[in-house]
Amino acid sequence: MKKKLWMNLMAAVLVAGLFMTVSCAKKTIVSEPTTIEDQAKIEAEAKAKAEAESRAEEARIKAQELQDQMASEQAQAEAKITAAQNRFTNQNIHFDFDSSELSSMAKTLLKEKAEWVTDNPGVHVTIQGHCDERGTTEYNLALGERRAMAAKNYLLNLGISNSRLISISFGEEKPLDLGSSEEAYRKNRRAQFVLK
Amino acid sequence: MNQIRLSNLYGGQLRLWENYQELASWIFLASWSIIFLFFSMIPAQAKEYDYINISNPYLHKTPVAVTEFKAFSGHQAEIDGGAHAMHILKDSLDFTGYLKVINPAAYLSNPAQTGIQLGQINFKDWTGIGADLLVTGGIEESQGQVKLKLRLFDTFNSKLLVGKIYTGASSQIRKMIHMFCSEISHKLTGNWGVFNSKISFVSTVKGNKEIFICDFDGHNPKQLTHHKSISLSPAWSSDGQWLAYVSYAKGKPDIYIKNMGKAPGFIVNNEGLNISPDWMPGQDKFAATLSFSGNQEIYLLTKKGEIIKRLTKSWGVNVSPKFSPDGKKIAFTSNIGGTPQIYVKNLETGDVKRITFEGRYNTSPAWSPDGKKMAYVGIEKNKINIFVISLDSGPGTPVQLTMNTCDNEDPSWSPDGSLIVFTSNREGKTPRLFVMTAAGTDQRRLLTLPGKQSQPYWSGSTSSENL
Repeated sequence: MKKKLWMNLMAAVLVAGLFMTVSCAKKTIVSEPTTIEDQAKIEAEAKAKAEAESRAEEARIKAQELQDQMASEQAQAEAKITAAQNRFTNQNIHFDFDSSELSSMAKTLLKEKAEWVTDNPGVHVTIQGHCDERGTTEYNLALGERRAMAAKNYLLNLGISNSRLISISFGEEKPLDLGSSEEAYRKNRRAQFVLK
Repeated sequence: MNQIRLSNLYGGQLRLWENYQELASWIFLASWSIIFLFFSMIPAQAKEYDYINISNPYLHKTPVAVTEFKAFSGHQAEIDGGAHAMHILKDSLDFTGYLKVINPAAYLSNPAQTGIQLGQINFKDWTGIGADLLVTGGIEESQGQVKLKLRLFDTFNSKLLVGKIYTGASSQIRKMIHMFCSEISHKLTGNWGVFNSKISFVSTVKGNKEIFICDFDGHNPKQLTHHKSISLSPAWSSDGQWLAYVSYAKGKPDIYIKNMGKAPGFIVNNEGLNISPDWMPGQDKFAATLSFSGNQEIYLLTKKGEIIKRLTKSWGVNVSPKFSPDGKKIAFTSNIGGTPQIYVKNLETGDVKRITFEGRYNTSPAWSPDGKKMAYVGIEKNKINIFVISLDSGPGTPVQLTMNTCDNEDPSWSPDGSLIVFTSNREGKTPRLFVMTAAGTDQRRLLTLPGKQSQPYWSGSTSSENL
């Protein structure tokens, strides 16, 4: 009885094995032509794609070049504007000891500043008057104000509106150069221009 | 002040002795008065306090001996309190500039052991070492309360000049000693001295300038403003209730009027500069420079900042008004003559007189409290120094008080006129506060604080304790 059961099982396994072998062989044979067809298609597509990509890349490079050029032109223009603004704010005008008189150099710089203010209608300017450390605190507050006022009045005479200019004195409270040399004193006796 | 009880050491049984002493003192002083009359116009009203002539007492300092304090119970807290009190006493007497405390190593006797009262002192021990004056002290301490017994003796006349007893908390020893020093000063000079006075000044805190105040000797510095900006030019009203100063707290220089009690303050914020305030003596008005007109002019204002009237009229700079002590004149700096010079305006007649003629830069006037002298800042050959001129009979010859010590500026007189506080950068180029006698002697640093100090303003007592 037991032996007969084993025989049946063996037969079933063999039949099943035969079936699997047959099904695999059949599939391989059927799929062969499809693969060839696909490859041709893929090659064509790839070619088209490469051509499109190449065209797009060319266009992109052209656009990039155009953009770069524009950006560079813009940057140059901006740099020019920034440079003009920096020159306006960084270029101080200087005074002699215990004096609020404008030198010819100071007047030249103020004319340039007036042009810049005219070209930039939105800006408001604070003119700070400063002194060197020699002299006394309270007198220097007054002297600093006279320096700021001298610069302001010159700009007013060049047609800048009063509403765009504010003057303030810091006396000897805010030196640019903390040294005690003639050179430091010269730097510190100044009118300084600050954008609001 | 209220917590300290004060009683006089002169008892009833001493009355007769005191009268005798008074007579001796009159004979002593009468002879001095006669000598004085030959040399000066000091009137005969010169009273018993002509021991030291405060106007120029610095050439020969009066030697004074200060003994150890007698500890009556002898316990440690008492001994420590006595040592503390003696230390303050010596420093304070030295600070005057006209007294010189003799080195204790020279002392021949020790009253702390043999007795500190009149009958117990052998004055020959003190005249023998050159002490013209002797100060003895005694201390009783009990549970944080102290009683200080302080006496000043004239050693040549074996005479008690001042005797006082102070009682209060041991934390108030400093104040008690200063009260006794005021008594000493009054006895010797006729003036109560500097011991109750205060000095306001500007100091940097983390790069910002704030207003501070300290005791006359630089002790107890206290920050009064916290604007974190630029604050300048402190000035006290004569009753010590109002502080005026300049601050950039709102971006530009405005004058702040601050009450030390509960009253609201005021801000003077006209267009342009609002700077250099100075109170009119005995009034709640002040003068200041305002520039809303386009020129820096001096105005008289109410403490609320309302303009009463304009005091100067010129095209140029007018700053640093300073009222004369009687309030009838005002000194200021003006560049109307082309360079900054000091002028005095008579507020009654309107007359204006220039008082500085030497040099091309003279600013920052400061009246002596008797109104007879003007200290100021002059620049010569790039050196900033303090000068003083006599105003008695027209402007006198300038006397230079500081020299060869870097820059010296911002002079301000002590209320008794004996000392001048000022700013100097002589130590490491950093501006600090210094004190000298009115004759320019004894120049020394006032206090040690971080940062830079400037613009000292010496006032009488103020209400700054209330802060």
